[in-house]
Amino acid sequence: MSFENEDKAKSYWDENIKLVLSLLGVWAAVSFGCGILFVDVLNEITFMGFKLGFWFAQQGAIYVFLVLIFIYVKKSNALDKKYGVDE
Amino acid sequence: MDVQTLTYVIVGLTFALYIGIAIKTRAGSTKEFYVAGGGVPPVLNGMATAADWMSAASFISLAGIVSFVGYDGSVYLMGWTGGYVLLALLMVPYLRKFGKFTVPDFIGDRYYSQTARTVAVICAIFISFTYIAGQMRGVGVVFSRFLEVQVDTGVYIGMCVVFFYAVLGGMKGITYTQVAQYCVMIFAFMVPAIFLSVMMTGHIFPQLGFGAELLDASGNSSGIYLLHKLDGLSSELGFAQYTEGSKSMIDVFFICGALMFGTAGLPHVIVRFFTVPRVKDARSSAGWTLLFIAIMYTTIPALAAFSRVNMIESVNGADGKGIAHEQAPNWVNSWEKTGLIKWDDKNNDGKMYYAKGAENEMYIDRDIIVLATPEMANLPAWVIALMAAGGLAAALSTSAGLLLVISTSVSHDLLKKNLMPDISDKKELMYARIAAAAGVVMAGYFGINPPGFVAAVVAIAFGLAACSLFPAITMGIFSKRMNKEGAIAGMLAGLLFTTVYIIYFKFINPAGNIADNWLLGISPEGIGLFGMVINFIVAAAVCKVTAPTPQSVVDMVESIRFPKGAGGAQDH
Repeated sequence: MSFENEDKAKSYWDENIKLVLSLLGVWAAVSFGCGILFVDVLNEITFMGFKLGFWFAQQGAIYVFLVLIFIYVKKSNALDKKYGVDE
Repeated sequence: MDVQTLTYVIVGLTFALYIGIAIKTRAGSTKEFYVAGGGVPPVLNGMATAADWMSAASFISLAGIVSFVGYDGSVYLMGWTGGYVLLALLMVPYLRKFGKFTVPDFIGDRYYSQTARTVAVICAIFISFTYIAGQMRGVGVVFSRFLEVQVDTGVYIGMCVVFFYAVLGGMKGITYTQVAQYCVMIFAFMVPAIFLSVMMTGHIFPQLGFGAELLDASGNSSGIYLLHKLDGLSSELGFAQYTEGSKSMIDVFFICGALMFGTAGLPHVIVRFFTVPRVKDARSSAGWTLLFIAIMYTTIPALAAFSRVNMIESVNGADGKGIAHEQAPNWVNSWEKTGLIKWDDKNNDGKMYYAKGAENEMYIDRDIIVLATPEMANLPAWVIALMAAGGLAAALSTSAGLLLVISTSVSHDLLKKNLMPDISDKKELMYARIAAAAGVVMAGYFGINPPGFVAAVVAIAFGLAACSLFPAITMGIFSKRMNKEGAIAGMLAGLLFTTVYIIYFKFINPAGNIADNWLLGISPEGIGLFGMVINFIVAAAVCKVTAPTPQSVVDMVESIRFPKGAGGAQDH
């Protein structure tokens, strides 16, 4: 066990799960939400020459995916440091 | 120099480069052969993974598919990129900490069961074979179109090159060749896309040109948005609106999901993240991979739209009534020779006309959208030559990655871990090379004699990965309680449901493969997501009524949940 005690191990994992779930929430919202389920509603809005729903499905979702991964990298590395379990 | 000679020169140079890299980086131990010694920097690994991931189909066919189906093509764009979020957040850091060589390694150890390992090995081999048959065919097709050799000869040349660097170099060799292949393919893809974007909209970035106003003949803004124009043209000619598509929402949802979760369960992708030195490198490497893929995947829909407008206007003319065949642009004539464009003058007016209904006179192959872009944009011959080199780089890099999974599955998971546990590292390496060589030969055979079902089984590959490997791996990481009975029952239930559904609609009753007969309107392409849900439910239920996981496995799960203490990839 690399953690100081059981409580620390538990709270590290809880924080990690919270981070992952919140990022996956955004992941689902932009792809399944904006790109598929609500695409017709969003298509009413025009954005830089695109219908917004179509833009999410063919461009926007991919940009958001990228940002999500890099946020995860930054935050999870910080979390490791906080609990002293980084490499 | 003419196009032909230039193509030979450029393709020859790139092949020499790949082989040179392979000789310099050949593998000396199983660890180097399987995971490149675990010392690949994350950015380079990202580039190599992107090349591994983007196949001949991504390079040659995807833009064409999007161009012909518009919004419906989004499932591939989101599905084949969104899976990397799942990989980064749910899998690769933990699997890297686990620190073995293969996906079946993890499943076998985590579920303390040879049965679980065997199910995983079968899935891994099947998925990889499905894929590789198509790649070798891609190599042959590129050779035959650009170098005018027989498809078979093209496949033989491709086999020799892959044989050389995959068998000799192992993961170490292919990783560094894939870095070179990524550079070749992205350059080949972007140059014509950028020129087309500048020509049609005045924007250097195709991603911006995609939403911009079209330029008129004198280069001034015409006030008409590209996509608006495309929607107009589509409905005029009887197609579904480009930005709306024609598939049902539930089917789009399920296909997109199956591709995302399937991507995250593909062994040849997962194994790439075992090659970096540390857990945090595995995380960032997933980000770099997606960045390198996104450069191409955000350009693909833009290129699809540019080419579609360009193509329709070249055939139907600015007035939309058709252009006389003798005035057709050069690319129409040159691709007519290959049979990828056909013109049938039904009303004998000497004019070409493209539309959805009976008055359509044109057959236009989807692959034209990418292959003919250099000519559509009036680019010089070296760009056409570059296209050939790019297509080959895409096909070769993916084949090599898949071959490695096949050879690892045989030498490591089947022989070392199952049948002959006492073999030495040297012997194991020899078997890995023999398996890779056998894999090359089989892939070549399927490339020359393509089974008619290749396109149909690709759906199975993603479906299988989504319904079996993805749930087994994530439950193994996120649930300490999940035991071997639950995991095996879940995998088998998911596999059984998904394969039966796909085989029924693709092989037993292909005539009945229509939306009315589908379960909830989900096509066989999307059913893997449903299979995945079944897997989770069955696993949870069986796990509840069977013996808990042993303490040693619980300790192992606890130890993979944080990065500290990850060494290089270990054999034991």
